[in-house]
Amino acid sequence: MTPIMPDIQLIAIFPESILAIFACALFVMDPFIARDKKEQLGYFSLAGLCVSGVSTLFLWGKSISTFSGMIALDNYALFFKTLFLMISALIILMSIRYIKIERINLGEYYGLILFATIGMMFMPSATDLLSFYLSLELMSMSLYVLAAFMRKDPKSIEGGIKYFLTGVFSSGLILYGVAFLFGATGTTNLGEIAAFLQENGVTSSLSLIMAFVLLITGFGFKISAVPFHMWAPDVYEGSPTPVTAFLSAGSKAAAFSVMLRVFINAFALSSGNWWPVLWVIAVLTMTLGNLVALVQTNMKRLLAYSSIAHAGYLMIGLITASQIGYAAILIYLVGYVFMTLGAFTLIILLCSANMKGDQISDFKGLARTNPMLGLVFIIFALSLIGIPPSAGFVGKLYLFNSAIQGGFYWLAIIGILNSVVSLYYYFRVVQVMYMDEPNAGTVLSFSPTLKVALGITAFLTLFLGLYPEPIIKAAIDSVQIFL
Amino acid sequence: MTAQLLFFYFGGMAVAGAVVAVFTPNLVYSALSLLMTFIHIAGIYILLNAEFIAAVQIIVYAGAILVTYVFVLMLFNPEQEKRYFHKQYKIGAFLGAVVLFLMVFAGFKTEILSKGGPFTVEYVEEIGHTRAIGNALFTDFIFPFEIASFILLVAMFGAIILAGRGIKKPKGPGGRVDLSSRRKAKEAIVGER
Repeated sequence: MTPIMPDIQLIAIFPESILAIFACALFVMDPFIARDKKEQLGYFSLAGLCVSGVSTLFLWGKSISTFSGMIALDNYALFFKTLFLMISALIILMSIRYIKIERINLGEYYGLILFATIGMMFMPSATDLLSFYLSLELMSMSLYVLAAFMRKDPKSIEGGIKYFLTGVFSSGLILYGVAFLFGATGTTNLGEIAAFLQENGVTSSLSLIMAFVLLITGFGFKISAVPFHMWAPDVYEGSPTPVTAFLSAGSKAAAFSVMLRVFINAFALSSGNWWPVLWVIAVLTMTLGNLVALVQTNMKRLLAYSSIAHAGYLMIGLITASQIGYAAILIYLVGYVFMTLGAFTLIILLCSANMKGDQISDFKGLARTNPMLGLVFIIFALSLIGIPPSAGFVGKLYLFNSAIQGGFYWLAIIGILNSVVSLYYYFRVVQVMYMDEPNAGTVLSFSPTLKVALGITAFLTLFLGLYPEPIIKAAIDSVQIFL
Repeated sequence: MTAQLLFFYFGGMAVAGAVVAVFTPNLVYSALSLLMTFIHIAGIYILLNAEFIAAVQIIVYAGAILVTYVFVLMLFNPEQEKRYFHKQYKIGAFLGAVVLFLMVFAGFKTEILSKGGPFTVEYVEEIGHTRAIGNALFTDFIFPFEIASFILLVAMFGAIILAGRGIKKPKGPGGRVDLSSRRKAKEAIVGER
């Protein structure tokens, strides 16, 4: 009997493999490095991310499908891989000082971030329900541990447990949806599912509806869409701040990357009549997120509700089910990632040995004592609201434009009204920073790496608003696969 | 007919074991009734002609995992749990009933639209069960297989970290130990709302 050869092209998972080697090496090195020198491991993981990033750039333009159709390497996947590598690098830059202050400077912290990144990077390239589910689990498993990393802080433990339970529950729902889809079509490959449904002219079988409902519920939890958002504020508040930033930027972007593949490829979103469900969820998500954000006093909770609202805006692109809508999601996600990470960097900056620094009142007078910080925060706030010239404006422009082109006028109007509401709570923070008397004894924990992270996020938020062409072109290239 | 009777026996016992595992206040009984569930699920696998999975089910679940549970019980020596109703139990029961209804409904209504896969009875008879699984696992499913090993690695690290390796308590003066005052501040905020 001839041996059966597996279909393996390692080039398709090259960036992840490098990262996996670095992550494993990091865990091996960890015991040999003294407790007060753990930042070396941070720099080591940054090196891994850089090597992986360079190899990703070399792969741009390739189109490979391998591992028996489990993994695809195309521009879409590479676009997200680059984004996740940047997110991860920024997270590590902002963590190095913070985890020392919080006394959680263990080497495992960086290792888990790398593993979560590997999971995220596999998610957009997964073209099979099985590989996507396992990548999702790899990411979530690392994030559950990271969320509860401040083991002595009851809030962190509470957040970790909440995140774990809701995460496991939503994974179960996704898996259940996958089972229905598999039962109906007999395959887990996204392309084959689409082909099967088209061949047999199935548009609305009960199994398919069940699969769709279960998948949208599971993904709803992952992207914290209303009414599946309850976990988000508590988890965001309790987790270590860089992990919160990682959750709100990385895990949300990863969930969207895989949602696009699953819903567009498998369900043929553009031809089905799925949009009313998504429409209701999107409108609820935007509105509730923005309204509840108005009354928050904790900065991390405020950003949690703001990120819920942003998930609502992002769903607009999914509803329009058009090329421009998908491109708009990608463009918006890039802007969203940098502005959110930037806003979290400011909270990390305020965290010092005698202050947690996550209340809005902790921001009092910050712009007076440190005008540069005020300016930087205004950039992020403008971008989060969607006012030019900022990355958030470009993203929203494309999203609302796609809604109008698709004939979803009400969606665009509700989105714009929501943006106006969000102006109030972002600028309340700006007002506190400029108008109030500075707090005595506020210590800013500046560190070179944090400055770099703040500089990069602020620069990119502004730069992508002024010169968005490269990103727009890359996004449009990337979504060509959905034609 | 026999197969059907056996299915109902195995299925019924598996469900009964699970119910006892959830409801009994004694954790040892709970673990042992879980064993009952595992073994009867293995019986269902045999009915489905999946002997290999049945063997794995018994070795891994009934053997390894359950022994770990019992070890935890032995080391922890937890007190008997008091049963109580959560204040939101009505909502929980309602949602549970809805989900159960949907599952049963879907189970009866699901149309299997697809044709069968490549693993027909003839194919399995020809090359053998374990070999068929091995072939599939190391060719088509090599990627999920490897990723699953990473997931287990992360889970292991996570368990070690959360079980408390080397995280020092914040020191008294100088360190930030104002947990209680933070809580007070939070309560004040909640009160304001």
